[in-house]
Amino acid sequence: MTRLRAERLELAYDQRTIVRGLDVAIPDGSFTVIVGANGCGKSTLLRGLARMLAPKAGTVLLDGEQIRSLPSKEVARRLGLLPQGPIAPDGITVADLVGRGRYPHQGLLRQWSPADELAVADAMAATRVTALAEAYVDELSGGQRQRVWLAMALAQQTPILLLDEPTTYLDIAHQVEVLDLCADLHEERGHTLVLVLHDLNHACRYATHLIAMRDGRIVAEGHPCEIITDELVEEVFGLRCRIIPDPETGTPLVIPAARKEQRAERDDRADPAVTRSRPRATSSAD
Amino acid sequence: MSAVEVGPGRTRLSGSRVLGTRSGALALRVQTRSLVVAAALLALIVVVAAITLSTGDYHVPLSEVIPAAFGQGGGAAHFIVTTLRLPRLLTGLLVGAALGVGGGMFQSLSRNPLGSPDIVGFDTGAATGALIVILVWHGSMFQVAAGSIVGGIGTAIVVYLLAIKRGVQGYRLILVGIGIAAMLSSVNSYLITRASIQDAQSAAVWLTGSLNGRGWDQVRPVAIALAVLLPAAVWLGRHLRMLELGDDTARALGLHAERTRLASVVVGVGLTAVATACAGPIGFVALCAPQVARRLTKVPGPNVVPAALTGALLLSASDLAAQRVFDPTQLPVGVATGVVGGLYLAWLLSREWRRGRG
Repeated sequence: MTRLRAERLELAYDQRTIVRGLDVAIPDGSFTVIVGANGCGKSTLLRGLARMLAPKAGTVLLDGEQIRSLPSKEVARRLGLLPQGPIAPDGITVADLVGRGRYPHQGLLRQWSPADELAVADAMAATRVTALAEAYVDELSGGQRQRVWLAMALAQQTPILLLDEPTTYLDIAHQVEVLDLCADLHEERGHTLVLVLHDLNHACRYATHLIAMRDGRIVAEGHPCEIITDELVEEVFGLRCRIIPDPETGTPLVIPAARKEQRAERDDRADPAVTRSRPRATSSAD
Repeated sequence: MSAVEVGPGRTRLSGSRVLGTRSGALALRVQTRSLVVAAALLALIVVVAAITLSTGDYHVPLSEVIPAAFGQGGGAAHFIVTTLRLPRLLTGLLVGAALGVGGGMFQSLSRNPLGSPDIVGFDTGAATGALIVILVWHGSMFQVAAGSIVGGIGTAIVVYLLAIKRGVQGYRLILVGIGIAAMLSSVNSYLITRASIQDAQSAAVWLTGSLNGRGWDQVRPVAIALAVLLPAAVWLGRHLRMLELGDDTARALGLHAERTRLASVVVGVGLTAVATACAGPIGFVALCAPQVARRLTKVPGPNVVPAALTGALLLSASDLAAQRVFDPTQLPVGVATGVVGGLYLAWLLSREWRRGRG
């Protein structure tokens, strides 16, 4: 049985349907990564799974129960979400921000407990931000800030953690740092992780379960080694590529085809609009 | 029930302490710095209160203020302290507290120091309501107060509805509010031009905001309203802190974002409307007090209790200055807060503008 699943899920913003008729089950204990082209609905799906969006049709089930019928704090003790580009209030310290992850465990009269204290200390240690506890979040670098947000999500102590593009705006070293941290959380603490990632190679390297989406539907899912092929990448991203084993990890590594070949491919598609909007300039800035 | 510190003493969440029972069933977390700030503000309020009650045309020595308040000592001292000075002081403290908390809640909701009720039109709307009662119906003071409450709440509803688009966004609320405020302010000017000289004069006094001649009749309703609204604000403060993280993060942590926002608007408008009904649209206290409180405590969030104390101190001190500095002219307190607040607003706008440009 999987703790988090969706059945015939249909998600829409106002009148625009983004995800339609989607069935998905997040394997327990997996490091699941959702990939797909811009606008394919991957972030929307994540928000739907985290009950941020009310489905137009279908249901999201958490532990077999309709997620919308459960009390909000109850859900927040089982499932956490770190949205894309979260906002920190002005002048908040790291310790204060991480402490706010304890909200679902607190009440009007019980505002702070030794368990809260431990959870916060532990989350800050796991993300190596303990030394920054008294620093102001606005003064941190992008990589540090993302670790602080992860610490807040960890302090929530949910078995399932959803992260929406946690590596956006980070340089490559910090991207790897954040993903390594996620892998540690997954392996050492047994969290079920669901990430939306842009970088397909990162997805292939870290995911134990990959979900590829296109136009609001799931095109393929499974272990990256089993499902990633050049056909799939072309279908999902419209990119010609070659797949080679990652020399570091043996996972699939996607090498985009050289420029000439991509251009030939684009012309082959016989899409006059696309061809016209891309004049055949030979500028090297391309 | 002794107050003990729960958890390891070498707390990493330094700067805060936990007060409550040993079992942990009751565990209130407070920032040490906020406690110190609150104590200091209280002490200053006591000083202002002492000066207010003792000085003036008829000097009551400090040692006689408290006995006089309880009916001992001379009849003149008793009359001056309990009938003239004490109710005016209390009105100032209560109205100041209400403005401070109302302002803090709206600034927190809009995540912007400019998002206070006096900027986004609630005060102007309250003034419109009061003016209509003064000029059209020639109503009593009580009816004027009712008119201003209706005007303030009505404006808040209109601004809120116009600002809704997939939830209320801070900047939308402020921009819509400033627009509505501008429209209502021209309505107010129009109303005054249509009025007789006497009416226009009493309207102008009301519009400045004043504590002149406030007696126990004004203290009681404000005190009752605050007895309900302030605890509600303290309770909502915890949730508002979470809402400042953004809707998605707050909801992921189990907060009912829309419910919290609506309840906060209701309580914040209630506080502002009551204060305005009692003392007129006193400017800038709602804008400044929460920000001063926040800078003193160095804690983000609505800072409900420090904002209440700062508002009370600001308004009572301003009223004292307005009464004594230009003696014997009784300057409306709104003039004093306007001077200080105007400078602050200019500074705030220039800072926001610079930050907006990155």
